[in-house]
Amino acid sequence: MWEYTDKVKEHFLNPRNVGEIENPDGVAEVGSIACGDALKLTFKLDENKRIKDAKFKTFGCASAIASSSALTEIIKGMTLEEAMKVTNQNIAEYLGGLPEEKMHCSVLGQQALEQAIANCKGAPAKEPGEEIVCECFGVTDREIERAVKENHLTTIEEVTNYTKAGGGCGNCHEKIQGIIDRVYAASKPEASKETKSRKLTNIQKIKMIEETIEREIRPSLKQDGGNVDLIDVIGNRVIVATRGACATCKASQFTLKGLVEYKLREFVSPDLVVDEEPS
Amino acid sequence: MKTIYLDNNATTQVAPEVLENMLPYFHELYGNPSSMHSFGGQVSKTIGEAREKVAALIGADPEEIIFTSCGTESDNTAILSALNLAPDKRHIVTSRVEHPAVKVLCEHLKEKGCRTTELPVDREGRLDMELFESSLAKDTAIVSLMWANNETGAIFPVEKAAQLTREKGILFHTDAVQAVGKIPINMRANSIDMLSLSGHKLHAPKGVGVLYVRKGTRFLPFLIGGHQEKGRRGGTENTASIVALGKACELAAYNMEKENTRVKYLRDKLENGLLKSIPNSKVNGDRTSRLPNTTNISFEFVEGEGILLLMDQYNICASSGSACTSGSLQPSHVLRAMGVPFTMAHGSVRFSLSVYNTEEEIDLVIEKLPPIISRLREMSPYWKAEGSVCGIRDTDTQ
Repeated sequence: MWEYTDKVKEHFLNPRNVGEIENPDGVAEVGSIACGDALKLTFKLDENKRIKDAKFKTFGCASAIASSSALTEIIKGMTLEEAMKVTNQNIAEYLGGLPEEKMHCSVLGQQALEQAIANCKGAPAKEPGEEIVCECFGVTDREIERAVKENHLTTIEEVTNYTKAGGGCGNCHEKIQGIIDRVYAASKPEASKETKSRKLTNIQKIKMIEETIEREIRPSLKQDGGNVDLIDVIGNRVIVATRGACATCKASQFTLKGLVEYKLREFVSPDLVVDEEPS
Repeated sequence: MKTIYLDNNATTQVAPEVLENMLPYFHELYGNPSSMHSFGGQVSKTIGEAREKVAALIGADPEEIIFTSCGTESDNTAILSALNLAPDKRHIVTSRVEHPAVKVLCEHLKEKGCRTTELPVDREGRLDMELFESSLAKDTAIVSLMWANNETGAIFPVEKAAQLTREKGILFHTDAVQAVGKIPINMRANSIDMLSLSGHKLHAPKGVGVLYVRKGTRFLPFLIGGHQEKGRRGGTENTASIVALGKACELAAYNMEKENTRVKYLRDKLENGLLKSIPNSKVNGDRTSRLPNTTNISFEFVEGEGILLLMDQYNICASSGSACTSGSLQPSHVLRAMGVPFTMAHGSVRFSLSVYNTEEEIDLVIEKLPPIISRLREMSPYWKAEGSVCGIRDTDTQ
């Protein structure tokens, strides 16, 4: 049984603002029935461009319903600019907290709000270049990135609790790890500066690449039955061959760029480019 | 408010007679059955009587009964014994709807190098017997199929499957945790080699189980230690619970007819009552071959956790196969194996009755549940009053 706060229970048993506004100024539908959570949010603005009324319809568990109810209460009276600053943390805090495994319910609310505001402003709901990372639950890289940043998530399990990404088949775990690493790498500019200034001889470079593959890359590939071998290093071009499951995997191109190249850039030199050995 | 307990496939109350029988073994008759003195020795005699009562319920001989700590231990012991006895045989046949005690063990063994065949089931949760037969291979060490499914109550034709398995010289194990005490079982009339049962599913306490091992079946113990259970399961006997299980089996034999008449009548009344008053609801699992106490009903376009929590307001206890209640993000593996669409799987509720349920309780559920479903449906973006799906994202519904 889940440990819900009294506030969550109260909002589940007596949800505020259930329904749908006719001719809304902003509307969003997020989630899907396959995922087990779906939320339709509608709102209406008054003459001062403040949110006059907001309503929701939610398919999902008690915390999804409570989060939706809380969201509509929070945003009423806000300008769009104020509403844009509402985070999933605000929703969770309003409810006195949510169980860690249920944080995705608050993220769903925040996503709906973001989409509804975009819809109101006439902007496309999704930014160009967004990529679906978790196909089981349809979660994009940008959604994961935002959840990682705003909630200071550091593990794949936490990302799953907050966004559901990675909670199905598990094929995207590597990509999620890549996003987590990217977020934290970007937030440490001093460290990357240091690597940039480092001058390496060719021998040093090859040695470091070998070590990095052995220590940072091979273990995670082997978990999925794959492997990678270093073939050659020509200047900053690193040529590798994929083995085992990687050789036949559709996502191996991502593995090369997202994992191998990413790790080599982090630990060896930011100028490296990884290519697969031509077959 | 009185608790209306309709979750007996999860666990059952210890029957008052059972509790009364076991209590002396905590403080008066606390001797160790292995002791030489008569204070301990007398307990050994009671364990023997309990063994006879368990054997009687399933038509077995007392020496075929090994007391264990739970159903999971029994399942693990049976499968690992078969594999350890035949190092050249590394294939296991099982189904996609097994309890985690078998399913997760087999997945673990697969990682360790075993080959597993997880037989699919159809929309009603039934096995394809031809497919089953063709899955038996030269290197098959053991077949493990559940007798009755814990989520739907669907009964597998394990006796027929065991016959086919026997003809090929392969061991057959069944997880009968949900079946024992609910439907008649006679081990003398079938060729099942090993069977698991669990005390707390039939009004004995948690923490005691049995592995039946047919006479003449080769067996390797899982817990190695003392000479208890004739060296087949080391560890000091859980005397109070073993006595309790004996009494519970005696009681189950006595209640068997009631289980299949009165409990079945109440289950059918509940099922029909809910199907009639709640549109877009459907029973999951084979209704023709099913445990008398179980019904699994899906209410379309709502989510199970909400249903359970709203029923909790009336102290009505049941279970759900929805993702939110399973602790994972996906709905029950049993419903997914049956191909139950997502619109239905998330809104599934399992009611499992016992002889202690009354008609008033069932009537109350039939009265309270329809408004709960309506209330959640009014909140659901997929539901329209006239009962059709509204247009959003219907590509996601299978």
